[in-house]
Amino acid sequence: MTVNGWLLIAVYAALLIAMAKPMGAWLFALYDGRALPGRVVERGFYRVAGIDPDAEMSWRQYAIHVLIFSFAGVLLTYALLRVQGMLPLNPLGMKAVDPHLAMNTAISFITNTNWQSYSGESTMSNLTQMAALTVHNFLSAATGIAVAFAVVRGFARREASGLGNFWADLTRVTLYLLLPVSIVYALVLVAGGVPQTFDGSVVATTLEGAKQTLVLGPVASQEAIKMFGTNGGGFFNANSAHPFENPSAWTNLLQMLSIFAIGAGMTSLFGRAVGDRRQGWAIFAAMFVLFIAGAGLTYWAESSGNPNLHALGLAGGNMEGKEVRFGIAASSLFAAITTDASCGAVNAMHDSFTALGGMVPLFNIQLGEIIFGGVGSGLYGFLIYCILSVFVAGLMVGRSPEYVGKKIEGREVKLAVLAIAVLPLLILGLTGIAAISPDGLAGRANQGPHGFSEILYAFTSAVGNNGSAFAGLTASTPFYDGLLAVGMWFGRFFVIIPVLAIAGSLAAKRQVPAGPGSFPTTGPLWVGLLIGVILIVGGLTFLPSLALGPIADHLAMVSGTLF
Amino acid sequence: MGNDLRSAIRPSLVMLVLFTILTGLAYPALLTGIAQLVFPAQANGSLVRNGNTVVGSELIGQTFATPKYFRGRPSAAGKGYDATASSGSNLGPAAKVLVDRVVGDLKTVRAAGLSGPVPADMVTASASGLDPDISPATAYAQVARVATARGMAEGVVKAMVDAAVVAPLAGVLGEPRVNVLMLNRQLDGGGAQTAP
Repeated sequence: MTVNGWLLIAVYAALLIAMAKPMGAWLFALYDGRALPGRVVERGFYRVAGIDPDAEMSWRQYAIHVLIFSFAGVLLTYALLRVQGMLPLNPLGMKAVDPHLAMNTAISFITNTNWQSYSGESTMSNLTQMAALTVHNFLSAATGIAVAFAVVRGFARREASGLGNFWADLTRVTLYLLLPVSIVYALVLVAGGVPQTFDGSVVATTLEGAKQTLVLGPVASQEAIKMFGTNGGGFFNANSAHPFENPSAWTNLLQMLSIFAIGAGMTSLFGRAVGDRRQGWAIFAAMFVLFIAGAGLTYWAESSGNPNLHALGLAGGNMEGKEVRFGIAASSLFAAITTDASCGAVNAMHDSFTALGGMVPLFNIQLGEIIFGGVGSGLYGFLIYCILSVFVAGLMVGRSPEYVGKKIEGREVKLAVLAIAVLPLLILGLTGIAAISPDGLAGRANQGPHGFSEILYAFTSAVGNNGSAFAGLTASTPFYDGLLAVGMWFGRFFVIIPVLAIAGSLAAKRQVPAGPGSFPTTGPLWVGLLIGVILIVGGLTFLPSLALGPIADHLAMVSGTLF
Repeated sequence: MGNDLRSAIRPSLVMLVLFTILTGLAYPALLTGIAQLVFPAQANGSLVRNGNTVVGSELIGQTFATPKYFRGRPSAAGKGYDATASSGSNLGPAAKVLVDRVVGDLKTVRAAGLSGPVPADMVTASASGLDPDISPATAYAQVARVATARGMAEGVVKAMVDAAVVAPLAGVLGEPRVNVLMLNRQLDGGGAQTAP
């Protein structure tokens, strides 16, 4: 570990704190919807689609519209992938994508997972990258933020039946946040070296006289929203480790900041919306502590390096699967951030991390990606833990469970437990299936406990809608494409539906003024309780699977056992 | 419920089409236009030319096998630095294949006369398989070999490496590094022709 490395983490943390409030103000303007400028395009969209943006939706209507919109997106994306060979903007002559891979990819991008069973530079045409994949980088992000808006309204409104209008939320988030930021951001990335062209490739003659085909394309336009919308699906196979996606140390810092930007802003939006900013900062603080702990642990593990290589005379930390321009600090920090959020972009190969360094990203996803989290999904996932925590506090000290002025009752707690249980059920269930079936075992690139980690990571990433991978696993088979798609779909919507149901039932309630019997949901005691509940619920459920994978792998690594 | 379902269909389809046009076609097209106007060099891959010949991209590493060139890191992209197949090795820390590969590469390195600890990036595969850089330590470790192969004084080659080291931005951001392609062009005397 170096001073420079810690300094990078400190600079990042400071910028993150500074970012939360302005992002929150921007998000609040969209959430509120009253003070938006120049709305010609927005109104035009509503007119063509026959939408009344002021019509309030119940939680059921909101959920149904989210589901139908997402399902329609899956169908259209699938169709585009299947016929890309017949469409223009295909300079490298890519053929139709296989049905199982097309289905997996469509679900992957619509659920904001952006798991990539394919390798971008050898599978997707430029038109597909733009009109199928870039689009859903925007729309899946906007959907997540819209759902979070609806959930926040559930906490903020009193005796109301509606949670807002999905189409208005979706359109405003896209038009006034995601699109303008992406335009500026993408241009900055181009200035830093990220290509943006409709040409397919250039053939270079290297200094030694060999031919090298350099694949180009509209990379920057996808890169910007890939990071800002916590999507994570890269233009190239190597994702943000590819020098064309992430050319330098400063583009890397920018990418890391853009992953957390909206997630940090959402905590501030929540505080504003419920009329008590400290509520937002309390959530921010709990997330921040968990983030720094994970980043520090990964950095320590990666700096310690691989004893199997030290024995051969290698000096220093673990550089297998890392780029020189990022080094160990920026690679470890990126890994923690991308899995705290549901981003899943990678600037280093998690598969080649040390056992403990690779366990942190895995565990971050298993906690539910609620450490700043995916855009929108991070906040609504975290609010589930808030409900659970006031319930636990109520049981422990006999206080009546209330949160931001709403009484938490049986229905909300049951739904919260349902939303939390989806993750372990799907992750462990699907991992179990893959770990005992020949098709599942065939995909491993590594043997021993690390092979199990590859399988566990794949389903954790899919169900958590993260999209990063222990990328040695060969997942472009019908078996994995199918099971992972199941994980991604249910991992997304089996959380969204109960969360919206909670919001619907909370919105209808009266406000309970905080009394002497209320458990305070700001301050260090509350933050500590939140962290405890998150670690115990997340930790206890997944500990056995971690013991079989990364922990066994670590013991093998330090004892010099090879597989 | 049935009503809600039906009422969702038209807005879903229309909005999907509208947003596909806006974010899938107009947005990338607009960006391509601006990028090509304002940053043509970067937007087209930061290409490096010798005269009219494209010899590579400043950002993408390439294979150097002959002793007279500095070598980049081991690459898992295709058969090595294949820019149509970016990839890391994805080998875990206790993989026998990894240890065997490193042992093999170390033999080559040691045979070329390196003693003492080996810089970690010298025999480990990068994440993309296209890493254009090596650490300064890895560059200095190759000075003797390159100087002998070229019949140059070691001091001259070392001075070229000194000049090629890129320091971290503002002293904090990034790692010190050496761009292998650019250094090798300097050696070939192509340094006068900088990237357009």
